[in-house]
Amino acid sequence: MSNLISQEHQGYLQRVRLEKRLIWLIRLLILIVALALWEVCANAELVDPFITSQPSRILKTIVRLYEEGVLFQHIGITCLEAVIGFVLGTLLGTMVAICLWWSEFLSKVVEPYLVVLNSLPKIALGPIFIVWIGAGPAAIIVMTLAISLIVTVLEVLNGFLAIDGDKIKLIQTFGGTKPQVLTKVLLPASFPTIINALKINVGLSWVGVIVGEFLVSKAGLGYLIVYGGQVFKLDLVMTSVIILGVAATLMYQGVVFLEKLLVKNKPN
Amino acid sequence: MNHVVEVHNVGMKYQSLNGEITAIENIDFSVREGEFVSIVGPSGCGKSTLLSIISGLLPSTSGTVLLCGEKVSGTSPKIGYMLQKDHLFDWRTIYQNVILGLEIRKTLTPEAKEQALKLLRTYGLYEFKDKYPNQLSGGMRQRVALIRTLVTDPQILLLDEPFSALDYQTRLMVNDDIYAIIKQENKTALLVTHDISESISMADRVILLSKRPGTIKSIYDISLDSENRTPLLSREAPEFRHIFQEIWKGLDVHV
Repeated sequence: MSNLISQEHQGYLQRVRLEKRLIWLIRLLILIVALALWEVCANAELVDPFITSQPSRILKTIVRLYEEGVLFQHIGITCLEAVIGFVLGTLLGTMVAICLWWSEFLSKVVEPYLVVLNSLPKIALGPIFIVWIGAGPAAIIVMTLAISLIVTVLEVLNGFLAIDGDKIKLIQTFGGTKPQVLTKVLLPASFPTIINALKINVGLSWVGVIVGEFLVSKAGLGYLIVYGGQVFKLDLVMTSVIILGVAATLMYQGVVFLEKLLVKNKPN
Repeated sequence: MNHVVEVHNVGMKYQSLNGEITAIENIDFSVREGEFVSIVGPSGCGKSTLLSIISGLLPSTSGTVLLCGEKVSGTSPKIGYMLQKDHLFDWRTIYQNVILGLEIRKTLTPEAKEQALKLLRTYGLYEFKDKYPNQLSGGMRQRVALIRTLVTDPQILLLDEPFSALDYQTRLMVNDDIYAIIKQENKTALLVTHDISESISMADRVILLSKRPGTIKSIYDISLDSENRTPLLSREAPEFRHIFQEIWKGLDVHV
């Protein structure tokens, strides 16, 4: 086939490939230069590594945490809390959205409460959760839920309401019941909306977990950040932030992967 | 004569905070078995309301509707309803779309599945059965929508402007296509449209509704002088433009 491709097309393909490589190269360069500059400046004492930390010290911190055997313990606790909060937030949020769709009356009744809850900075509820539930992982998960739940409810409900009424009428013309409308139209048609809610929730559940850990925890990345800040160990703070960034990105990519997997057998 | 649809003195009033709207009033007509009846009228005259009432989706505020002598209360398996758009579900294959009605009615027997495949085969869609709707043309999609309705074996087809979403050329072609299928399957059909030509070209009788509140203004018997009548050939019949003029005057359109 390749001899059928015209010269112009070949040239075009080459330009596209070249641009792609260039983009990757520059991305990598930015990272390397930034890290190198940070390291060099800290070594030359242009900046105070006690306050700014530096890449080599971060690496050492990771190794030290690993040797102490607590590295994966902290990462594990935080990730577990984030995943539980994320899954619960999505499931509960979708279920509440279904209830609100089911009963228009209920939906009208609770509307002002949803508005208030949506506007309220959920972090303010933190101390209440701690008192009620106790300082521990449970309070952190509830914090995560509080942050992601209302957004999920609103997002999914809007998805439901945006579905063409005639699609629902079609089910009704076949004598379909409300549960059938839900399973045959609403849920499959809202699939892209639910995936979008998942993507938003990944970010929100990390916010919830870190806030929760700031407030109560005795372990986890959020705990390391707060602890490191209090005892002025900026190495520990920076290390935790970087691990956090990697973990959150991995989880987001997980959702993207899930989306691809589920959409795979459907045409676009 | 065997009447499959009898509409007796049907009226519909919608309630809203701004008051009461009478959509239709004193509608009285019947449809014989195997007959093709069109309902035309200006927009907003309650054509679709009337179909919804006949299908049992919407209870009328006065009058009664009988299907094969039985009073309508709720949807009936005797009715097949076709909406403005095909509303094929993107996430289902053509075959899965076709059996949607069977799934909902819980009548997805091996025989029914066989019937679905047979209809797909008869109407040239068998090779597309595992494709998704967005891989089909507009005309084919409309044909799939009709098969989805036919496979539940309704006696009466209610067509609610099923061609209005198509472009003009496709529309003419689909008119012929759907008409041929309806005749071949020997179904009674009631078509709602605002397109006068379409209503004449397909129907044995045209019912003209007035402006809101919709009442029956007149009923035209369409007997066209063309053999092997198809909607496209009907448009060439000499009487066509006379009937068109008559209905056009009756519609009394003002800009």
